[in-house]
Amino acid sequence: MQKELLAQGEQLMRICNSCRYCEGFCAVWRAMEYRREFPAGDLNYLANLCHDCSECYYACQYAPPHEWDINPPLTFAKIRTRSYEQYAWPRALASAFRANGMVVALVAALACVLFQFAVVVVHGVAALSTPVPGGNFYQVTSHGALVTAFGLTGLFSAVALGVGLVRFCRDIGEKLSDLFSPSNLAVTLRESLQLEYLDGGGWGCSYPGEESSPARRWFHHLTFYGFLLCFASTTVAAMYDYVFGWPAPYGYGSLPVILGILGGLGLLVGPAGLLVLKRGRNRDITDEGQVGMDTAFLVLLLLASATGLLLLLLRESSAMGTLLVVHLGIVMGLFLSMPYGKFVHGIYRFAAIAKFALERKRKQVLGA
Amino acid sequence: MNQETLKEHDVLVIGGGAAALSAAITAREQGASVLLLECSPKHFRGGNSRHTRNMRLAHETQFAPYTGAYPEKEMWENYMKATGGEGNLELAQMAVSGSASILDWMRAHGVKFQPALAGTLHLGRTNAWFLGGGKGMVNSLFRSAERLGVNVRYEAEVVGLDVRDGHFYSASVLMGGQTVTIPARAVVVAAGGFQSNLAWLRQVWGPAADNFLIRGAPFDTGTLLKILLDHGAESVGEPTQAHMVPIDARSPKFDGGIVTRLDCVTLGIVVNKNGERYYDEGEDFWPMRYAIWGRLVAQQPDQISYVFIDSKTLDRFMPSVFPPVKGNTIAEVAEQFNLPVDKVNATLDEYNRAVQPGNFDHTIQDDCKTAGLTPPKTHWALRIDQPPFYGYPLRPGLTFTYFSVKIDQRAAVLMKGGKPASNIFAAGEIMSGNILPKGYIGGFGLVIGNVFGRTAGSEAAAIARTLRKAA
Repeated sequence: MQKELLAQGEQLMRICNSCRYCEGFCAVWRAMEYRREFPAGDLNYLANLCHDCSECYYACQYAPPHEWDINPPLTFAKIRTRSYEQYAWPRALASAFRANGMVVALVAALACVLFQFAVVVVHGVAALSTPVPGGNFYQVTSHGALVTAFGLTGLFSAVALGVGLVRFCRDIGEKLSDLFSPSNLAVTLRESLQLEYLDGGGWGCSYPGEESSPARRWFHHLTFYGFLLCFASTTVAAMYDYVFGWPAPYGYGSLPVILGILGGLGLLVGPAGLLVLKRGRNRDITDEGQVGMDTAFLVLLLLASATGLLLLLLRESSAMGTLLVVHLGIVMGLFLSMPYGKFVHGIYRFAAIAKFALERKRKQVLGA
Repeated sequence: MNQETLKEHDVLVIGGGAAALSAAITAREQGASVLLLECSPKHFRGGNSRHTRNMRLAHETQFAPYTGAYPEKEMWENYMKATGGEGNLELAQMAVSGSASILDWMRAHGVKFQPALAGTLHLGRTNAWFLGGGKGMVNSLFRSAERLGVNVRYEAEVVGLDVRDGHFYSASVLMGGQTVTIPARAVVVAAGGFQSNLAWLRQVWGPAADNFLIRGAPFDTGTLLKILLDHGAESVGEPTQAHMVPIDARSPKFDGGIVTRLDCVTLGIVVNKNGERYYDEGEDFWPMRYAIWGRLVAQQPDQISYVFIDSKTLDRFMPSVFPPVKGNTIAEVAEQFNLPVDKVNATLDEYNRAVQPGNFDHTIQDDCKTAGLTPPKTHWALRIDQPPFYGYPLRPGLTFTYFSVKIDQRAAVLMKGGKPASNIFAAGEIMSGNILPKGYIGGFGLVIGNVFGRTAGSEAAAIARTLRKAA
């Protein structure tokens, strides 16, 4: 299966490399032109550099039903999913995700919700139905339990993601220190944060249908920056607590809450938009085996922001206890599933963009 | 679809490539109701335009996406040199001067352009490149045509025209398993040449045609060309004239397109099936000599040849779609091709002995040549001696034929006796022979298609207006 897929990828690249009509679309095609052979590591690199925009598919004279059956977005998607599994630690968890991403992610989230309930129950079940003045959620779950649970899951996820990144870099033949040297990091950050390669050479990408549209790029921006703002909100709150000794909850005008609201809105609109676009996507280019995993990630993001915003809105009502438990459970489930689900695409794509920046620089040095 | 809506069309456009789309869009923009019939399924729409990637357009100054100015005068000189000035020069002049307006026209209809592809930078000054190639251009024009209200039908094959006294009345169209009669006030025929009609090729070339590969679209069977000629249209050009290039012999019979080309002839030696060299591989730069080698291979026994290179030059040309045949000796490669090994060895030894020292530079006509060898290799002659050795089999690859219906400056089809048909116009490869009697310059076919497509569309819309008023 793996071998067959790589052979398919090599065949694809051989045909594409003798055509090169797609060069203007994105980084993948220029990176392809730097090579004549396509071993597994290079295919994994190119597949992770692909932003899955499908511009090349619609422009391809050899796309199915042509006998060569050239379908770069689909072939790359399959190679990419396989590569996620290959780099994941521990690998067995990734296999479960690939096989049934949607179910596994939701079960994980549910398990976390139950876990949070258990913590609360131990703490005193009355907190679930009693309004807390000021919305102080430490009355529901203990500060210590929160920090321990999220500290451990966060640490676990970070280690798993880190192992994945190291494995990816080794596979594509680059040192972390080269990829993320200050000068290369600057280029990589610029190209990643702008989603430079998700715009079909300047006109937007063919997603979900054939017509060029900037929709996916914007919804992705909302999702990504929403996520970042929520992360910032939590970080600022932690600093308030540990550095300044100001315990939560914080008022509506406070920095953590403003960041959280903005991020939460982004994480509502972004994933919702991406889900709608995904539903309308041309099935001929969609890797059906990946849809569950992709959808699970978006749904979890959406649920995390929805419950988070609701929690804020209703934090002084009797629903606060229940909402808090559900929200914490989902966020925990999200964290736990991150190393095995769609989230990793960001890590590997970032590293792939970094390699592309390096390759361009090496080419220039050679040319000079 | 019922007959009633079909009857209302002013202009019928037959074909689905750039010429047909240019005609349909222009006629529609001038107020005509337009029906476009594409014989292929939607996936393969666009004929040979699907395989294109750029257009050669005159521009007096430098601006994006070009890397420099390309004055009309220079384009005219390029045209005259390539064709020997044997075409209809009035029509050629229309194409060359008309080319300047094409970029804006295309952009206005949604076509996107990009700088020249890496590796083809020598064409960045003269040619404008479609973002993503010709299929992207075709997709954009179809989208634009449909938005304007052009009625498009796929898998609609015109099998007959009702033409009396140089006047078109209706077309017989095979669609959905039925033959439908479709009347229109004027018709634009932009249905391509006959490169994929194997029987017709055999008639023209004899049994040699069986060994040609058709790298162009498989739907260009020349049906409309034949129908028009049968109705008394005047022909122009030789049926043997065509855009024919050497391609990898392992390519599919039809529709292989751009990737089948092999750019390594100037870097190695070419032998026929008897293991003999027969032409100077280093005569000129590859783009210039590309078209000549298609015909050269077609003239060899069994229409096949083999190019041999060594590991020194393997990375000096565009990667090939099929891997090269590899061996530690030339004999090992020749054996895999079933060539007479001793003869190939002798040819190679003779060549290697004749190679003179020089400074190899593939970007200029360098001084690496042979001495005392027949035929000589006059540039880029390097000894082929560094294993592993590589070989590719070559066949003639036919892109499109030039044999055409004769037209006038209004793109009206000329009937025998010289009188133009009253409401029949032609554009694209079906009339390219008026301008290209032989030879080719890259990116000129689409210029002919667009200039005469727009002319034909405009003239057809005008005739339809007159006929509608008269009715």
